[in-house]
Amino acid sequence: MTLRIVTGGLQTTVQDLGRMGHQGSAIPVGGAMDRIALRIGNLLVGNDESCAALEAALIGPAIGFDATTLLALTGGDLDASVDGVGIPVWHPVVVRAGATLRFGRPRVGCRTYVAVAGGIDVPPVFGSRSTYLRAQFGGYEGRALRAGDAVRVGEPSRQGRAIAQSFAQSIGDAISRPAVARWSIGASLRPRYSEDPIVRLVAGAHTDALTAEARRQLTTAAFRVSASSDRMGYRLEGTELALREPLELLSEAVAFGTVQLPPGGAPIVLMADRQTTGGYPRIGEVASVDLPLIAQLKPADRVRFRFVSLDDAQQMYLDQEQDLAQARIAITLRH
Amino acid sequence: MPMHFTPLGDHAVTITLGDSIDEATHRLVRAVSAHLDAHPPGGMVDLVPAFASVAVHYDPARVPGSATASPHHRMVAMLEASLATIRADELPPPRTVEIPVCYGGDLGPDLDDVARQHGLAAEEVVRIHAAGDYLVYMVGFMPGFAYLGGLSDRIATPRRPSPRTAVPAGAVGIGGQQTGVYPMESPGGWNLIGRTPLRIFDIARDEPSLLATGDRVRFRPVTLDEYRASGAP
Repeated sequence: MTLRIVTGGLQTTVQDLGRMGHQGSAIPVGGAMDRIALRIGNLLVGNDESCAALEAALIGPAIGFDATTLLALTGGDLDASVDGVGIPVWHPVVVRAGATLRFGRPRVGCRTYVAVAGGIDVPPVFGSRSTYLRAQFGGYEGRALRAGDAVRVGEPSRQGRAIAQSFAQSIGDAISRPAVARWSIGASLRPRYSEDPIVRLVAGAHTDALTAEARRQLTTAAFRVSASSDRMGYRLEGTELALREPLELLSEAVAFGTVQLPPGGAPIVLMADRQTTGGYPRIGEVASVDLPLIAQLKPADRVRFRFVSLDDAQQMYLDQEQDLAQARIAITLRH
Repeated sequence: MPMHFTPLGDHAVTITLGDSIDEATHRLVRAVSAHLDAHPPGGMVDLVPAFASVAVHYDPARVPGSATASPHHRMVAMLEASLATIRADELPPPRTVEIPVCYGGDLGPDLDDVARQHGLAAEEVVRIHAAGDYLVYMVGFMPGFAYLGGLSDRIATPRRPSPRTAVPAGAVGIGGQQTGVYPMESPGGWNLIGRTPLRIFDIARDEPSLLATGDRVRFRPVTLDEYRASGAP
């Protein structure tokens, strides 16, 4: 099975959960910006959670299918349709051979995941199929998709075939219009995307180095997302934060969600394609359950922060993992 | 061994082992990294050595132990127990990596400028650079980029006032007190004094990064003919 790329969209890339174990060689983790959306998308089509999918940003691609296909769209809502029929996010969908998936204007968020039963089958690089654009490796020839590309899809799992059969004909049968499953993933697992979310932070190594005023600003200001934000980092504008005194730091490890403060005072939230190390003060760390809220922000959206304890942030993550495990079991039992 | 544990978000912890760039701290970093590499604590997914710290990335859902303590506290307890007995004087001997460099000319367009800033002949800059014994303190900034210590003060040179938009892979540069090799084409503000035909970073290799933390590095001058004969562009 092959996905035929009719138009590439703004930046459509192959992403999985990223490459771990190579940060010591400064190889970025990369992977999906909105990890929970990717994982849920895979569950909905009977894939292993770590399978690769397409990540489309702001302006989605147009994708032709050469066989009847089970897929799911998750994450942001980019107003998808197949042959003129609207396709909701968070539901399994079967589309016919010859159909074309298209996107409109972003309605919620900015990144949608196209998870296909069988997963996107590109050669893994260092254990991951994720595209790392900056160094041009991984994914589909190390780059974003464009018109004319043919993207291979793996074999659907037994569960994927059962999911498709539960609400449509078998994969491979002829159907005339897209079929959408009525069931979905529990609402508690879907991130509450917003154009002005409140994102929870745990204290960073240098939070205490902020002035009292800057600490207050950090949790009261509405920061504007800069147009130069990308998969590497989100730059936040509008309120500049000050340190009590300049810090001379040695470069060391950073993480997904580290909030760095460069000398100009405009914070940067490090995202999927972040470098592995950095030398700027780290004034906070986004709670991992809230990273999808950042990943779906568009330029000019606003974000506010509030601090939570590390214990609470970890507990929220453990609760989410438990919810996801239950959803996985429920899907397995039914199919 | 003095150790300080700081959370790096809810999925990582930084083990601080010192506060300066020096060889004693570096040996601690290597000892801790080697130990954790050989005996990874449950839930660890990655390990990032730096100048004076080692970060452990982990999955909080996979850290073993009783749920009465948070994953962070359980991880720190495991690390403290695991690292209590390690010694920095039992390190494996460092590798020495020799890097051939064609200095000056089109491949090292800033060599003459560096020489002028120090009142030296270009040949003398090359001699001093190639005589150095360098240590890879850490790999960071971009895939395969090694931070090298050991540059002679006599040729330490401030970064160029305006960075180049594209420095080629293999370019050997001096930036302040540091010297190093660009692993891939990227923007850069260092003074370029030469180029190596070696691939510093190559995704086709099992170990893509030529240089690893703890390696010793020597630069060996080669002629333009030798540089070309090695298949370099």
